[in-house]
Amino acid sequence: MSKDIRIKKGLDLKLKGEAAHKVADATRSKVYAVKPSDFHGVTPKMVVKEGDNVKAGEVIFYSKADEKVKFVAPVSGKIQEIKRGEKRVILEILITADSQDVFVEHSKKNPNDLSTEEVKEHLLASGCWPFINQRPYDVIAKSADTPKAIFISTYASAPLAADVDFVLADKLVAFQAGVDALAKLTSGKVHLSLKGKGKSVFSDVKGVALHRVYGPHPAGNVGVLISKIDPINAGERVWTVAPQDVATIGELFLTGKFNATRTVALVGSEVKEAQYYNVISGAPISDLVAGKIEGDNVRVISGDVLTGTKVKMDGNLGFYSNTVTVIPEGNVYRMFGWMPFASPSVHSASRTGLSWLMPGKKYAPNTNLNGEERALVVTGEMEEVMPLDIFPMQLLKACLASDIDKMESLGIYEVAPEDFALIDYTNTSKLEAQQIIREALDLMIKEVG
Amino acid sequence: MKFLRDKIDKIKKPFEKGQKFEKFAPAINALDTFLYVPNHTTKHGAHIRDAVDLKRTMITVVLALVPALLFGIYNSGYQHFIQLNEGVLPPFMDIFLHGLWKVLPMIIVSYAVGLGIEFAFAIFRGHEVNEGYLVSGLLIPMVMPVDLPLWMLAISVAFAVVIGKEAFGGTGMNIFNPALLARAFAFFAYPTFMSGDKIWVSEASTTDAISGETILGSLAQGKEVAYSTMDMFLGFIPGSIGETSTLAILIGAFVLIATGVGSWKIMVSGVIGAALTAMMFNAVGLTALMNFDWTNHLVVGGFAFGIVFMATDPVSAAQTDKGKIIYGLLIGFFSIMIRVFNPAYPEGVMLAILLMNTLAPTIDYFVVNGNIAKRKKRLAKSKQLKSA
Repeated sequence: MSKDIRIKKGLDLKLKGEAAHKVADATRSKVYAVKPSDFHGVTPKMVVKEGDNVKAGEVIFYSKADEKVKFVAPVSGKIQEIKRGEKRVILEILITADSQDVFVEHSKKNPNDLSTEEVKEHLLASGCWPFINQRPYDVIAKSADTPKAIFISTYASAPLAADVDFVLADKLVAFQAGVDALAKLTSGKVHLSLKGKGKSVFSDVKGVALHRVYGPHPAGNVGVLISKIDPINAGERVWTVAPQDVATIGELFLTGKFNATRTVALVGSEVKEAQYYNVISGAPISDLVAGKIEGDNVRVISGDVLTGTKVKMDGNLGFYSNTVTVIPEGNVYRMFGWMPFASPSVHSASRTGLSWLMPGKKYAPNTNLNGEERALVVTGEMEEVMPLDIFPMQLLKACLASDIDKMESLGIYEVAPEDFALIDYTNTSKLEAQQIIREALDLMIKEVG
Repeated sequence: MKFLRDKIDKIKKPFEKGQKFEKFAPAINALDTFLYVPNHTTKHGAHIRDAVDLKRTMITVVLALVPALLFGIYNSGYQHFIQLNEGVLPPFMDIFLHGLWKVLPMIIVSYAVGLGIEFAFAIFRGHEVNEGYLVSGLLIPMVMPVDLPLWMLAISVAFAVVIGKEAFGGTGMNIFNPALLARAFAFFAYPTFMSGDKIWVSEASTTDAISGETILGSLAQGKEVAYSTMDMFLGFIPGSIGETSTLAILIGAFVLIATGVGSWKIMVSGVIGAALTAMMFNAVGLTALMNFDWTNHLVVGGFAFGIVFMATDPVSAAQTDKGKIIYGLLIGFFSIMIRVFNPAYPEGVMLAILLMNTLAPTIDYFVVNGNIAKRKKRLAKSKQLKSA
């Protein structure tokens, strides 16, 4: 039995460059990178040093704050370089890949036969633990915690996001094994959301509470699911896992291997033929996009256009990424672009443009800020795209003022930066709402913990 | 167009960081960004942004003001000729040009003084010039009597911008609506130029035989109203430049609501608040003002203009959705209350909005507290469950 969740507030952005339902294997790259910056708030403690040989799935560093949380190599090969930045911060660990992977072999296990502790140990030792995120704070889960519930959303509602149903259609056995393992970790339920309309390959998953979610983006965000089902109160923990990572966890139990291969959608208006690729996480972006994009004044984003991170051409695919978006850079001037109803090629959720008259039109937006940063003047617009029971403007102001009591009472524990992505997009003042929330969450970690 | 862009880039050179005129960069940037949306790009997510910005929002309000402004210009000429030339009307263009001759200098003075101060503050403080004054600069002359001396207008503008806005930190930080503050300042500083029966018709003070008082003014004195409801609705009555024609204001309201720039919640609840209050007084009916029909209350004086263009100022209004409704209702209520009970100053909407500006944060406080209380209750419940 599924329980329906409907939201009205939000915004579906229709963009050009959706991925065709086609998968190809990406060619194996020479060098792969692991970037500690993918794991927010983790200070890495290295296990390997330059020149060491590693197997795929072998631990290369662990978290200084929670030593049980380990991070592993996506491929087998030689540690080519540990790149450091200012104050010797580790930027990335480069691994020269062998022509074929040799895996660290863990034993195959049936999660249903294991105790909570055994499942936990298995996930921690294999390097699968970083797939588990916690709320509040949107960071990797603490190994000592027991969450009140675990949330998985299979409805990817973000613009041009990879279609989870398509990607995991033939990995359902692994997905089920992953769900079984996760179910051992919580005192409550595992909640799984499905895209509201149409058939879902996940509708037969066992051992979960199913929810059908209807509505515009961010309907698919796990934050919406949490707030509608079991909102977080002060002192509580819930965990969230992305569907593809659930399958990777399941694969670990079924095969005994940590397989860092993921199916990534290469999308965006600047991609010649948008489609899916099987690629190992940490692969160089240049290898993935070579020959597949138009023009050179583009921005490559690891993730979707709303929440992803900008990667340079010499950068690498992120650990969690299952979408790579390529859109034009917006470093151009646009004459009189501020005039109401001018520039119909630029979308606006407000009715000062023409877009609201053409709801079906697809856009190819660039990265122009479309204005300058200003004080918060216009009111009511944030609320239009915020389906959570939160006063977004008041919360952002409390965050800007670092007023911890206010932040707490206005619901900072319930949100992650991605919940404010649409506010970033629609806001007239060109505010960096996600950034403000991220910094506020970091402050909360420091002050409250 | 590349030629123009290159030219601007060349002009901007000496204003860049580390260059000779770096301090004056905000001024040159303001002019540049008026021509072009700048080439600024996003740094991180969201990587793409909506086409709307504060410039577009503010220009939309200016556009919404245009019908009322054009009518105001015409009406300034119309009132002049109909009262002073004993009812003989010259051709349309002459009427309009007379109005323009009176109103245009006021607009120029308002923008020159206001923007001058805004630019000076931007350069002094090193921030960009904000767009807020694009709207205030037009609103201020529109709520003034046509015969107000320009120097008084200039001082009112300076007061509104410096004390009403910049003292609080500029656009977005002010607690009062700057345009209303300008009018309130002028009203209290130069009362003889802001009320009475000589000021609403241009050059009326040069003659004796004139009955140029506003409808509310004559009602307050217990006189009969000399205008039909249709005159009031169309705006062929004496009054501040922009506020006489309810029809023109309604066109503006339509623009604001259709574009989503102005809050319909405030407008609608404001009208409801005023209508209910006026109906209540109609029922009591002790004085001429109490007996003034509730529908007429909505179309005379500055009520329509105030509720559409002043009460909806997002910075000084209530900011929560529920708050906006309460805020609007109370503005409507106080507007009529002040009209009826303050014969010395029967136009109540200005004071009602300023009063509600001070109360808006309190209204929001209670609305937001409702959400906070819900969260606290949930926490208590969850603790109870755990301990059970």
